[in-house]
Amino acid sequence: MHVPDGFIDAPVSVAAGVAATAAVAVSLRGARRELDERTAPLAGLVAAFIFAVQMLNFPVAAGTSGHLLGGALAAILVGPYTGVLCVSVVLLMQGILFADGGLTALGVNILNMAVVTVLVSYAVFRVLLRLLPSGRRSVTVAAFAGALLSVPGAAVMFTLLYALGGTTDVPIGKVFTAMVGVHVLIGLGEALITAATVGAVIAVRPDLVHGARGLAAPLKLRIGGQLVDAPAAAPVPAAARSTRKLWLTGLVTALVLAGFVSFYASSSPDGLEKVAADKGIDAKTKEHAAADSPLADYSVKDVDDARLSGGLAGVIGVGATVAVGSGIFWAVRRRRAQDLTASSTAAPSAS
Amino acid sequence: MPSLEVSGVAYAYPDGHQALFGVDLTVGRGERVALLGPNGAGKTTLVLHLNGILGGGVGSVTVAGLPVEKRNLAEIRRRVGIVFQDPDDQLFMPTVREDVAFGPAAAGLRGAELEQRVREALEQVGMAGFADRPPHHLSFGQRRRVAVATVLAMRPEILVLDEPSSNLDPASRRELADILRALDVTVLMVTHDLPYALELCPRSVILSEGVIAADGRTRDLLCDEELMGAYRLELPFGFDPRSVAAA
Amino acid sequence: MGAGHAHKLYRHGHSPVHELPPHCKIAATAAFVIVVVSTPREAMWAFGLYAVLIAAVAAAARIPAGFLLRRLLIEVPFVLFAVLMPFVSQGERVDVLGMSLSVSGLWGAWNVLAKGTLGVAASVLLASTTELRALLLGLQRLKLPPLLVQIASFMIRYGDVITDELRRMSIARRSRGFEARGIQHWGVLAKTAGALFIRSYERGERVYLAMVSRGYAGSMPVIDDVTATRAQWAYSAVLPVTALAVCLMGWTL
Repeated sequence: MHVPDGFIDAPVSVAAGVAATAAVAVSLRGARRELDERTAPLAGLVAAFIFAVQMLNFPVAAGTSGHLLGGALAAILVGPYTGVLCVSVVLLMQGILFADGGLTALGVNILNMAVVTVLVSYAVFRVLLRLLPSGRRSVTVAAFAGALLSVPGAAVMFTLLYALGGTTDVPIGKVFTAMVGVHVLIGLGEALITAATVGAVIAVRPDLVHGARGLAAPLKLRIGGQLVDAPAAAPVPAAARSTRKLWLTGLVTALVLAGFVSFYASSSPDGLEKVAADKGIDAKTKEHAAADSPLADYSVKDVDDARLSGGLAGVIGVGATVAVGSGIFWAVRRRRAQDLTASSTAAPSAS
Repeated sequence: MPSLEVSGVAYAYPDGHQALFGVDLTVGRGERVALLGPNGAGKTTLVLHLNGILGGGVGSVTVAGLPVEKRNLAEIRRRVGIVFQDPDDQLFMPTVREDVAFGPAAAGLRGAELEQRVREALEQVGMAGFADRPPHHLSFGQRRRVAVATVLAMRPEILVLDEPSSNLDPASRRELADILRALDVTVLMVTHDLPYALELCPRSVILSEGVIAADGRTRDLLCDEELMGAYRLELPFGFDPRSVAAA
Repeated sequence: MGAGHAHKLYRHGHSPVHELPPHCKIAATAAFVIVVVSTPREAMWAFGLYAVLIAAVAAAARIPAGFLLRRLLIEVPFVLFAVLMPFVSQGERVDVLGMSLSVSGLWGAWNVLAKGTLGVAASVLLASTTELRALLLGLQRLKLPPLLVQIASFMIRYGDVITDELRRMSIARRSRGFEARGIQHWGVLAKTAGALFIRSYERGERVYLAMVSRGYAGSMPVIDDVTATRAQWAYSAVLPVTALAVCLMGWTL
């Protein structure tokens, strides 16, 4: 899914770049909270891991094979911020070193494959963990669902960016059906491998996945072969993280998506429905698939139209989203400062 | 003043597993001491206490009179140079030169002084010609020597080596021994390689089940068959500690 | 993935292009690609001129054409996509060799092919004339956040180590008669990935210990830096500025 140069027009590429930069900047701060000063070595090693794992081809059927994207896996194993960082670094290096994915499309690629996969999978993962009874099986199930949705999520984002700034006029319905259809299948593979991988890690180092920290037993001294209780030592400070961060992340995702979609849906309301009416079976399946997706009211424009309006609108859209997003951030932070004591419902850290 | 003084150190990991049960150990300045013991005896845990990476249990560690405490950590980590078992863990920078410079640079050294430090350390381990190579292009033995240089560049009070002879071919093993013998620092060497301990360290201590179980001349310990058997220590086939000249 | 000094794409040399400071080259490449992407697709001659510019840089860097062309293969998946476009696009159609093709689809295919290929070629030139270490220094110089540079640097340092571990695990699997043939073997591959993650993470923890043991307190000391003279910047700017002139002509003509 590495998008090359020229596939998405310049204004939307720039807008995606701005959005990706913002996401990476937020992740840099977040990762420091997740890993503190261990950020550089641990995130670097996890990035190397993702890079290696993308080479691990798994046979699908009849001689074809797929490979992991790794966004969901990274998010679940090391947390969302570090996950975004790791996948972004992998994409940056692939772009510069291997010319895999265009330099101007770097923002698009990071947005699709790092930000969306991580946010979708992590949001689904955490929500399911809350709903399901606690236990290892639930973690695996939640990881499966998160990874399953993350790949079509990235495909939806791709379609969205394509609709805004695609340089060809392949009907958006066809792009949507093809992208999402194919990526649901890929997502299935991603989900199975991710869930099994998370399961394998849980079996050996549960603390790496899901903050299952053992209770500290009192220290003992061996004096003349006998174990004697040692005088109490200072307790190890437990890592604590507010659940609010999760909700904030979900909120911002929703805002980003909603911001994009509502802005364009209102500007020309004839799009998808028109294509749906024009096209045959394709459109039916697509309409079905899209019925309750964020794209349901999305619009399609002719190329020239898209080229002219898409660019400017893309920039304005991102600007608006950033403004709204930071407004929410600010408001929430203020509120958090006010009821600091109330927000101390610490969830176990995922890292 | 001794280089290293460990008294009554006990420690349990966050998962509840207790590894140290009250360790007492004193190492004088300029001594070379081997730390022996079976797998799981707590050797690595003890080593990580020496520069304050682990702590928070009971007991105390002092390095040349300076207690290992949070406010002293920067100086402690300059004084205690740990060479880890896997040189790939230790050599994390893109080139040998930058890796050797990392420690002194973190301590604030810059410019010509830093260059000088790096050159000296690399010369001490005979790797001066490799400064601009990436570490993973070196052989294992060369990497181990560069790892020693990264620590020497900090001019440590005490050099702590974790399994220095592991995975080395016989020639590299001997070269490293020559380098270590030529150094004028206190050495604490964690090892399973008993002939190496005998060759380099006049004194040995045995760590078992989280306490120091024996402390004495290396040759005496290695010749005490009962003691050796009790702590799962075995000499290589055909090796007789009585027949070689000890360090 | 290669090493500190060499990687797959890098070709050792001492051409004027090799000698340029890395951050100038990165900036020039990015600017060039942005200009190319902003060019209207109808100005076909402009893309021809861009190709000539790329060829000129390749000649100055003494990169053989064959080397450059082989590296372009990475684009193939999207070429396939582009080839499909004239068949699936809507609108006015023309008959070519008995096939009904969409006009706008043809334009779209041309657009993606031309811009994508030029983008890949520019990136390949950058990567083949710049050492990995220099690329990182260049990114650092271009004010990429230091933490990102460090993560990238660790990724490159340990990319080989981790990939080697993966390869050893695969050899160990195959030595015991295992060959991944289908979905029924995904479990084994996932266990491999899980084990690899644990090894990577634990190595990350050990590397952190080694760093802390040498006085690391959260920020990396800057040991190396790169600088560029005004002349070097000017020299690097030749490519994107020429391209910009072509692009402007493309818009006005």
